[in-house]
Amino acid sequence: MTIADDGPAGGGRTELAWFLVFACWLLATTSALGALFFSEVMELPPCTLCWYQRIFMFPLVILLPLGLFPFDPRVVRYALPLAAVGWAISVFQVLLVWGVIPESIQPCTKGVPCSEVQIEWLGFVNIPFLSFLAFTTMVALLVAAHYRSKP
Amino acid sequence: MSRKSKRNEQPQPAAPATPARGGVSRTAVFATAVVALLAAFAVGAVAYRSHQSEAARQVAAKSASLLASTHAPLLGKAEAKVHIVEFLDPACETCAVMYPHVKKLMADNPGRIKLSVRHVPFHQGSEHVVRVLEAARAQDKYWETLEALFATQDQWTVNHRVYPERIWPHLGGVGMDLERVRREMNAADIAARMEKDMADATALKVEKTPEYFVNGRPMPRFGLEELQGLVRDELRLAYR
Repeated sequence: MTIADDGPAGGGRTELAWFLVFACWLLATTSALGALFFSEVMELPPCTLCWYQRIFMFPLVILLPLGLFPFDPRVVRYALPLAAVGWAISVFQVLLVWGVIPESIQPCTKGVPCSEVQIEWLGFVNIPFLSFLAFTTMVALLVAAHYRSKP
Repeated sequence: MSRKSKRNEQPQPAAPATPARGGVSRTAVFATAVVALLAAFAVGAVAYRSHQSEAARQVAAKSASLLASTHAPLLGKAEAKVHIVEFLDPACETCAVMYPHVKKLMADNPGRIKLSVRHVPFHQGSEHVVRVLEAARAQDKYWETLEALFATQDQWTVNHRVYPERIWPHLGGVGMDLERVRREMNAADIAARMEKDMADATALKVEKTPEYFVNGRPMPRFGLEELQGLVRDELRLAYR
């Protein structure tokens, strides 16, 4: 199956760049719906750091499609800072969960502690780790899209 | 007005000029993804909810006999119609925080609520503390001991680790023979009661503490308001 390039004459390079941004949107939307599933369906209360990561994840769901239709490579310029800050917060939380950062400088002691692990699959995959994976992949996709779309 | 029309006259730099040629259009791919993601979310939500309520029903059906155990310490009048069964770990911080709220519920509804405690020492080293609690029952000092332990919990647990030897200085004010407790805490009947509590907890899927069952009904999810709501419902049913 090929995806028709219904943008301007961009050739294979823009086609790939479009696809990278699209993949990034797919990941952002899956993550956002996943986060909503955890909090609204499974009713796991989100900790403060989760909220901050949501703040940088949710806008991408709306922002990226605006750059997809019609394809505007400059969408990377607007989306990458959001993804990068979200990535930094997710790194902080993963380090907190792993105990690398001591609990004393943990910013959220009220409500749900951010070092608490509510779900764990395979012994190491927990929600903060999923967020870290998502943000890492999104940053990589956006950077790749930036270089692909350069003339 | 003129500005707007001027903008419209500008050539769109990357307008979707032609429909799909020889493949699937980007719009179709995007729309399919949106629909698929939303559908997956909706199906997942419905499946999860029905799975949860089915599991809760099965647990409730089984729970009646397991919760009716007569070996557990009981607070309140035996004829009270609302029975709270609490699974607790003396080393669990949330249990210590929730305990006064349960006592307040009982005080607010005198004679109508009774409380049974079942022990689930999930924290390492906590089973030693449970043995002390069980031994205190022989001297009729169970509730006093539990309250003394909760009040001083931060001095004998550090970061969820239990230091069992540190509890003894805090039990001086309870007014029981501590030597007798030390002598009796390893008795076989105490071990048997503890095993029964743990077996029932496993059967009732108690994985976190504290867990409450009010007349056999578990909390829909953990929370003080949920517990208060459950007690309120059962009081209304029993004493209308």
